[in-house]
Amino acid sequence: MTADDRLYTLIAELTYLCPLRCVYCSNPTNLAAHPDRLSTADWLRVFEQAAGLGALSLNLSGGEPLLRRDLEQLVAGAHALDFYSNLITSGLPLERQRLVDLKQAGLSSVQISIQDSVAAESDRIAGRDAFEQKLKVARWVKELDLPLTLNVVLHRQNLGRIAEIVALAESLHVDRLELANTQYLAWALENRSALLPSRDQLDAAREVARAAKERLKGKIELLFVLPDYYSDRPKACMSGWGKRYLLVTPDGLALPCHLAHTLPGLTFDSVQQRSLDDIWHHSAAFAAFRGEEWMPEPCRSCERRAVDFGGCRCQAFHLTGNAAATDPACRLSPEHARITDARDAAQEPPLVPLRLRYREIRR
Amino acid sequence: MSEAGLSLELKPKLAPKTKLRLDPKTGKFILLYPEKGLLLNPTGAAILKLCDGQRSLSAIVEALAEEFRADAAVLRVEVLAFVQGLLDRGLLRAEP
Repeated sequence: MTADDRLYTLIAELTYLCPLRCVYCSNPTNLAAHPDRLSTADWLRVFEQAAGLGALSLNLSGGEPLLRRDLEQLVAGAHALDFYSNLITSGLPLERQRLVDLKQAGLSSVQISIQDSVAAESDRIAGRDAFEQKLKVARWVKELDLPLTLNVVLHRQNLGRIAEIVALAESLHVDRLELANTQYLAWALENRSALLPSRDQLDAAREVARAAKERLKGKIELLFVLPDYYSDRPKACMSGWGKRYLLVTPDGLALPCHLAHTLPGLTFDSVQQRSLDDIWHHSAAFAAFRGEEWMPEPCRSCERRAVDFGGCRCQAFHLTGNAAATDPACRLSPEHARITDARDAAQEPPLVPLRLRYREIRR
Repeated sequence: MSEAGLSLELKPKLAPKTKLRLDPKTGKFILLYPEKGLLLNPTGAAILKLCDGQRSLSAIVEALAEEFRADAAVLRVEVLAFVQGLLDRGLLRAEP
């Protein structure tokens, strides 16, 4: 650990259960192995321990956090600890009164995802009818004067409608619009050939987003996140392993990122057995990829090693089989062809529409 | 109009999506908003504490000049640049 490693944000993945079946879900593909195991008291203790470590922000996420019946209690607990709490939700199942109650309990802001600007397309990617409910919830959020982020995950099947998505966000008076290209991990990696855009698509969308960002300056904070498949440099995943974020899974594992429990050879501790403080400071798994000792070349001597920290450990593992490899998204990675081959294949539309694999609980 | 293009009559107010709080680990103020936080130096924190939608920019500059015993003309440049930056990022809202 270095003095610079400081927890700012706790991500509480309250449950992996979700009414949606999005084809790019960032939850692990072995959902059944991680059932809800934490009680209300467990979560409240985790919040308190995170605040003690210095966390100021709390993302209430999932799965679908609304499926936790004690969400109001958890929000109230977060409020008592002075957290900035952000509810990251699909918007269902939800009735207006529950949102009123959540605001009353001290919720700071709401983030709603839509999958497209067109109802049929949005519902096709989500794997169920949800679009109209999402818009309804977005309007309630604004009526109740809660800050609203609209999140849209981008891919080759919706990138052509960026302008319409921006227009929809404007009509909803969102405070923040997150246009985030798919991260090709977990379910999205299984659907990569159906989702990865061509360079032309991406360039056109980026230009629309750039112009919209300029036009909406001061009104809507617009964020356009490039896919690392096209950036030639890896993303600074989680701002570095065990540096700023800590995530707790529904079954109580404390992790440095959303998919760390898919990496082999690391043992993650349960918050039911160890305190967050002990885990953050002393667990072997959190120490595994902190600092620069673990880095291979070309990372170890790279001038950007303190900028991107060698990229994403999960992407390194899921594409190369080695979690300690340079993220292949980096053009200096010896395995960079794993990215460029996928990219090359994405330049032409597929001859037949590719079948999407929906998120499901596999037993 | 000021040199930064902002009217000194403007009454800035923190945007609803923000939360200004003390970071107990550093003793500094931090402006929290979704997915991010802006660590503030003492001047930045002092400015934001005065952005209540009631005070005009000229009143804010006067109050700060008093608090920091600084030259108002020098301070004005710093305050206007800071406020403009936060307006652009949607972290401050301006009441005309």
